[in-house]
Parts: sequence; structure tokens; C-alpha cells
Amino acid sequence: MKYFRDSDTFQFNSEKCTGCGRCVEVCPHNVFKLENRKAVPVNSDRCMECGACAKNCEFGALTVKSGVGCAAAVITGLLRGTEPTCDCSGPSGKCC
Amino acid sequence: MKFEPVQNKLKPFSPLTCAADCGCSPVKSITSADITSEFKNETWFTGVIDSPAGPVPQVSTEIKLSERMAHIRSRASSFRMKFSLKPGLYAVGSPASTSDIFVTANYRLSFDHLRKALKGMNAWILVLDTAGINVWCAAGKGTFGTDELIRRIKLTGIEKYVEHKRLILPQLGAPGVNSGEVREKTGFRISYGPVRAEDITQYIEKGYEADEEMRLVKFTMKDRAVLIPMEINMIKEKFLYFISAALLYSALQPEGIIFKDALTSGYSLITACIITVAAGAVFTPLLLPFIPFRSFAIKGGISGAAALLVTEYSTGLFSLISIYFYSAVLILFTLISSYIALQFTGATTYTSLSGVKREIKYSLPVYIAGFFVSSILFIISKISEWGYL
Repeated sequence: MKYFRDSDTFQFNSEKCTGCGRCVEVCPHNVFKLENRKAVPVNSDRCMECGACAKNCEFGALTVKSGVGCAAAVITGLLRGTEPTCDCSGPSGKCC
Repeated sequence: MKFEPVQNKLKPFSPLTCAADCGCSPVKSITSADITSEFKNETWFTGVIDSPAGPVPQVSTEIKLSERMAHIRSRASSFRMKFSLKPGLYAVGSPASTSDIFVTANYRLSFDHLRKALKGMNAWILVLDTAGINVWCAAGKGTFGTDELIRRIKLTGIEKYVEHKRLILPQLGAPGVNSGEVREKTGFRISYGPVRAEDITQYIEKGYEADEEMRLVKFTMKDRAVLIPMEINMIKEKFLYFISAALLYSALQPEGIIFKDALTSGYSLITACIITVAAGAVFTPLLLPFIPFRSFAIKGGISGAAALLVTEYSTGLFSLISIYFYSAVLILFTLISSYIALQFTGATTYTSLSGVKREIKYSLPVYIAGFFVSSILFIISKISEWGYL
């Protein structure tokens, strides 16, 4: 199953990549492959913007505008004029 | 030294040399008896491990029937918000100073999956305070995160229990955890384990290496099916408001509100509503890959319209009242189904924030326009019903 996303939310700087393979390890959708001691985002259309790769890249080779792909969170954010936010920790029992 | 109120304005607080001086409770080491009395009623509790560094509660790797029932409840109601356990250090089997440390969230379903997967092993479990939320959601919010992990490592003093510096985290915790920062601040190196706890044995057998299959998040029909009760639960409360509104609309007569006639169009509206909820919250999730288009709003619209048309062709329930009523029902309920399906993005394993934002940007104006058009059609239908048209 594939979804869609804006192309500018995910950036990869190959020059900074040391080929440690951390991004391959953390990505839940198999976006990266290691080729010639460098990570290559071969499936970037599968990226769900979770931000795991960027958070764990020690060399700053990756940036992701990360967030939860949840309509309720986006709508709540729109209504409150804030960033997307879900009520996961609230007492209402509603959660992403 | 006794605590004395200090009059000097430049030095409002006197130094404390003893905890007893400030009236705080003195630091007391926890004994096995304390742990037993705290956890003895917990279903997972099997005893206390007396490690050289201190006593630790030992957990069962069996899931009892009552726990399975609780798992089902947690999938269907707000019970899941209370389904948590105390953060801290736990023991599986009789762990030694060389045993692995597995980190998880303090949501019971996460914890239960982990302890079940550790059957037959000796290991430590470090439970983080994620406010009772599962690993992936908590990582997305940052509560299963770098700061909490560092704090929990320090609070439990886990380095006294083990001689190694390795932590195994669930892969889905990675969006919240900066492994480099954790290593710098605590000395612990993070290995990300498999996505699913059930693969842990295999992960260890392969030399602490998660292969492609273990790292990949799926979204099978079974995965989608277990989410349906919660989707319906969230709609349930709005359903009562809707039924009241539908009956009120049907009862509206030039002479006033007459409930004697309310059942004719009220019955159609309530049927439409049930069909729509089924289309948006049951059929769409179950048949997700088979409904065309990637957009959830479109998928939900398609399944909603299809379900309504099938109902109309087999019963004639909507056109029976008037063509205006039929059109209004078709527009309004197709859009409601679309909206319900759009809400399902929050439960999926693959939707992106920028994609959802784009869907909302395009669908919200359609929802608002559709709501107005259908409202006007409902009014026209009512006027024609009264014979003024």
C-alpha cells in the first residue's frame, strides 16, 4: 500500500553519509538501501515522515519534516491554530 | 545542622546537608517486601529477584485468560487509557549482569507482547513512562523519547545491575530516540530490535540483527480488522445526536413537530447513517488496498456511495420520499463516509503528515459545500412533502 506526500519534506545529503546503516535499521518502510558504503533512498515514495532516520543519523545527512499522518490531529491543529496534535495522552480515550 | 529561616535577603535559602532537615522523607532503599506488597495483585507478578544491586519485580511470560480479555477491551474502548503499568526495571527469568535489557512503553499491551516474546529467557525489561501509550504513537509524540530514556536509565540506576552498556529498543521507538545523544549522556549503546516483539528470538539467533522482513511494518487485513472496534467506538457518541436530529427533521410538519409521522423519513435517515458508518469505518479499512485511489477521502467516498446506491437499488428506501431527499442523502452520506475514512489515516501504518494535510486541504471545502447543498435539498424535500412545491 502506498500513500502520497510532498516531495520537499524529506532531504538526504549523500556527502555527509558515512554508510553506517542506521537509517536502514530504523526505517519501517524500507526506504534506504546501502550501496557502495552509502545509504541510497531507493523507495522515498514510501516514506511516511516518521523522522526515525533523521533523529538517529549522527552525521546530519538526513532531514525530515516529521509528524503523525493523522487527519484528526491535523484538524485539531487547524481548529486550535497550532501544529497537528492528537489527544493521545488526554483523558478522552481518543488516540491516533 | 538544623534548618533555620534565613533573614538575609541576599541569601534566602540556607544550605541543606541532610534530607531530614527539610522535612522531606528520608531516602530509603526498597526491600523485597515493598515490591511484593506493591505488585502482589498484578496478574504478571511472579516474585522478586534479589539482584546484587537491589530487588527487582519478576514478570511472568505467560498471558492469562483475564489478560487476553483485557487486551480485547483495550482494543475497543477507552479502557486502553487506563491499561498501563508503573515505569521502571523488571526481570524476566533470573537475569544476570550480562543479560540483555529490552526497553518498552508502559502501555500494558506493549509490555505484554514483550514479556510473552521473552519466554524462556533471562532478561531485563526497562519500562519507560509514555503515559500509557504504545511505543510507536509515543515515539511520534516524543514521550517514548531521548529525555525519558536518559531519565529512566538514571532513576533505575540500571548500570548497577549490568556490566554491559547495551540497550535493545523496539525499532518503532526510533522516531523519538536520538541514539547518539543517549550514548553521549549515559554511555549506553542502542540497538534497534525488530518491529514485532514476536521476532525477538529470531533477532537474537541472527546475532542481534533484524533482517529486512523483521524491520518492515505491514498492514495486513488482520491488522486493519482489529482497529475497527475503536473506529466505531469513536463514532458511537455522535450517533445519538444524529438520530435525534434525523427524527426531529422527519417529525417537522407545518403544524409543528409531530412524531407520529417521524418514522418514514427518519427510518431512511437512520438506515443511511448505519450504512455509512459501515462503509467508512468497516468496509474501507478492511478493503483498503482494493478500493481505488491512494486518498482515504476518495476511498471512503467510493465505498459510501457504493453502499448507498446498493441500498437504494435493492429497497428504494431513499427515492421513496422524494428525488430531493434521495439526492441530499447521497451527497451528505457519501461525504460522511469519506470523512470517517479520512479519520482512519491516524490508525494506519503508512500515511504521511504532508499527504494528510494535502487531503484535508482539498476535501474540507468539498465537505462544507456538500453539507450546504444537501441541507438545501433536505429543506426543498420537506417543502415538497408539505405540498407547497
